Amino acid sequence: MRWLLLKDLQVLRRSPLQAVLLVAYPVLIAVLVGFAISREPEKPRVAFLNEVPTGTRVSVGGQQLPAAGVDDRVCARVQCVRVEDRAEAVEKVESGDVLAALVLPEDLVSRINSLSTLTPRTPKVEVLVNEEDPVKARLVDERISNLLAQANLAIARRIVVEGGRYLDLLIDGGQLRVAGLAVQVLGLRATAQILTALEPALPPGPLRTSLRQVTNFASRARDNLDVAEPLIERLAQPVEVKKEVVDGSSPPLEIFAIAVAATLTLAFVTVLLVAGSLALEREENAFPRLTRGLVSPLALLGEKVLLGMAVGLVVTLLMLAGLQFFVPLQWDRFGLWLLAVLAGGAALAAAGAALGAAAREVRAVSLLAFMVTLPIAFLSLVPSGAIGGGLFDLIEIVTAVFPFKPALEAMTAALDSAGPAIGGPLLHLALLVAGYGLIARLALRRFAAV
Amino acid sequence: MEARGLIKRYGDREALRGVDLVAEPGEVVGIIGPNGAGKTTLLSILAEIVKPDGGSVESPNGSVGWVPQQAALYRRLTVEENLLLFARLEGHDDPAGSVEEMLELTGLGERRRETVARLSGGNQQRVNIAIGLLSRPSVLLLDEPSVGLDPRQRARLWEFVSGLAGAGTTVIFSTHDIQEAERYGQRLLVLADGESLFDGLAEELREAVRAEAPEAADRDFETAFVAYLHHRGH
Repeated sequence: MRWLLLKDLQVLRRSPLQAVLLVAYPVLIAVLVGFAISREPEKPRVAFLNEVPTGTRVSVGGQQLPAAGVDDRVCARVQCVRVEDRAEAVEKVESGDVLAALVLPEDLVSRINSLSTLTPRTPKVEVLVNEEDPVKARLVDERISNLLAQANLAIARRIVVEGGRYLDLLIDGGQLRVAGLAVQVLGLRATAQILTALEPALPPGPLRTSLRQVTNFASRARDNLDVAEPLIERLAQPVEVKKEVVDGSSPPLEIFAIAVAATLTLAFVTVLLVAGSLALEREENAFPRLTRGLVSPLALLGEKVLLGMAVGLVVTLLMLAGLQFFVPLQWDRFGLWLLAVLAGGAALAAAGAALGAAAREVRAVSLLAFMVTLPIAFLSLVPSGAIGGGLFDLIEIVTAVFPFKPALEAMTAALDSAGPAIGGPLLHLALLVAGYGLIARLALRRFAAV
Repeated sequence: MEARGLIKRYGDREALRGVDLVAEPGEVVGIIGPNGAGKTTLLSILAEIVKPDGGSVESPNGSVGWVPQQAALYRRLTVEENLLLFARLEGHDDPAGSVEEMLELTGLGERRRETVARLSGGNQQRVNIAIGLLSRPSVLLLDEPSVGLDPRQRARLWEFVSGLAGAGTTVIFSTHDIQEAERYGQRLLVLADGESLFDGLAEELREAVRAEAPEAADRDFETAFVAYLHHRGH
């Protein structure tokens, strides 16, 4: 077997263009896919005009809130194009230079501050949009809506906190500053205590009965306002999100992107190499000569799978080492990487052997391997919920039959310490090795036909 | 080598119908017949690549070398690398020594480092034969060995094969060139549609042709042979 392996490596070395393409092409695809998955969507260009006077702060109940850093928050979500005035903002939107303009008017903060007064005015921001690109327009809508929702929530929380302080003052009493002057507030609790203490001093009769009614009111008001405070707090965020992971644990996006890139590389290298190499034995008419007592068909298949695993391992590890410059990888998990690459490589190589045994020519088998591997790889990346249930079930079956998805799962588990267990995917891959090995062995019978 | 009552079917088609063949040491036997006669099937059964559906094959002690019709070698490897690979796979004690021997025998020593793809068809066929001879077989099976060769290359090939036979190797070759078979085959086996029509010396075949197709007896041998096949229902 080792001499055949040496021969295949010699053949590969004699075809430098083919070898380079075999390695470079999948690496290129893998890197592109990795970028596409891990890179955040492009930020839309938005003209931004903040007319709020510098240093103006939102204040609730006479208390100034800390600076919100509105400019930074806005520009973190969109690509800000600063404009001097509203006319310039309109001009930029009309010319298509920007997709939208966000204008924070001069009276925005004073309107927010009026919310805690007896004459509230609704704060407004202005959004000017250009919807020539529907995809980007939707992105702008989502970003700005999200931004405003966050701003509304922050203000509501502040108001609730201030309202809570007033309630506390009403219940327990304390000092309130009005127009720079400190005013002492008695509070319902102390009021009820004083009234209770006064009651015995009054003679029985209508006055004493009235005093008892006032005392009862003060006590009930104190108790009910105690309950009201948490209710008001809930107004700021009435619905809470409780996230519970019931199935699967998703790895960090960059780790998943690396796993996709590495598995894609492994898949192309092993499937194309093994399928092509096996078809070459037939194209060169060497198969009957080899299997005439020199090598058994099973040993020949084993050699091809080994070739695919070896070359796939080298290329994938080189790729991971290269990606290390962009994303730090956990090299202490190297043993698991090795296991994942070898198991994935074995299953993919067995699938390549089955394809190679089914076709007659190297060109035909290369095309076939490409046409099978690429769509299966893309189908394996379709998340549940992205398409209809029935179609997704079908995709699940198709992708479970080809080794790409379990290889990707094994690679993800190997790369991510907090990821899922690697045992399941390895078992899946082992079953696929056996299945495709059997198919390849049966298909090889056609090779012997004269 | 002795084969008796060989039968081979591919689906409904009978490729061989009870064919016998016997070849003595040092004998050169030519198998002739039109395309589809069963020549390659017969050689493949003798080489144990294809299993017959009936009949038996007895091979002599020592290996049987097989040289397929189309060169079975790796075109991206050099002549030397091809020979070395098969010598290693055959488990030779001294693969490099065997390679040297074959290079000398086939006269390919000067081209040893050339990739097979760059060789002419004739030289590729020499490498193909050299691989078949690596195991020093007592029987050499050649399937249409001269196809694609020019007359000079063909002459060199048969000179080489005659030398092997002279050294005691049994050579069984197939061809559809009646004149080549008559010239180089000491004994001829005529196959048509899987049926054995004749087995004997070249002169005996001429006599059989004359007797079967007298109207074509005064024409060239190839034309007379075709008439003979026609008379026999093929």
